[in-house]
Amino acid sequence: MNGIAWAEAVVALLLVASGALVLVAALGLARLPDFFLRMHAPALVSTLAAWLVTLASIVHFSSRGEGLALHVWLIIIVLSITAPVTTIVLARAALFRRRQAGDALPPPLQGRGPDR
Amino acid sequence: MSALLAAAITITLVLYLVAMAVGALRLFRGPAAQDRVLALDFLSIVGMLVMLVLAIRYDSEMYFEGALLMVLFGFVGSIALAKFLLRGEVIE
Repeated sequence: MNGIAWAEAVVALLLVASGALVLVAALGLARLPDFFLRMHAPALVSTLAAWLVTLASIVHFSSRGEGLALHVWLIIIVLSITAPVTTIVLARAALFRRRQAGDALPPPLQGRGPDR
Repeated sequence: MSALLAAAITITLVLYLVAMAVGALRLFRGPAAQDRVLALDFLSIVGMLVMLVLAIRYDSEMYFEGALLMVLFGFVGSIALAKFLLRGEVIE
């Protein structure tokens, strides 16, 4: 096998791994019983699956002999800034709405005061 | 493009499609509004991944700009929806 074939094999492996991870995250989103448990599943997509696809893209576009193609890395940088912000704001909104509706809240953290 | 990579891209796109269908199930079923916002955020990120895979499939770097825009607009949309759930106003 020459270099191009090796690069294509690596790209194929990374892509299929990311597809499996996205499917696992979707099943978690659909099947977990509570909202605060369900919030954990899509984090798999915005971290590991996005990293795998980005690495596959970098390997593919760098294997054409035109130098390193690192611009796809920008997506990882943007995603790693935006994903935690979305998660925090959404979790606070969910806590607020549950408290307003009088539903059951998740148990408080250990060793912290009641001022949460 | 070798047959291996073409097959892997097809498998990946099918897996993404199934995942988006399952995510859309959560979007339609709810039960609360925050579940729907979470499912929409998930769908926007998976759509961005589809753009990146299509960039490899058609060997074109033009899809990268589309993917970057999808990340940014997905973030703005999710933040606006979450702010609306939190306050009843997007900009106060």
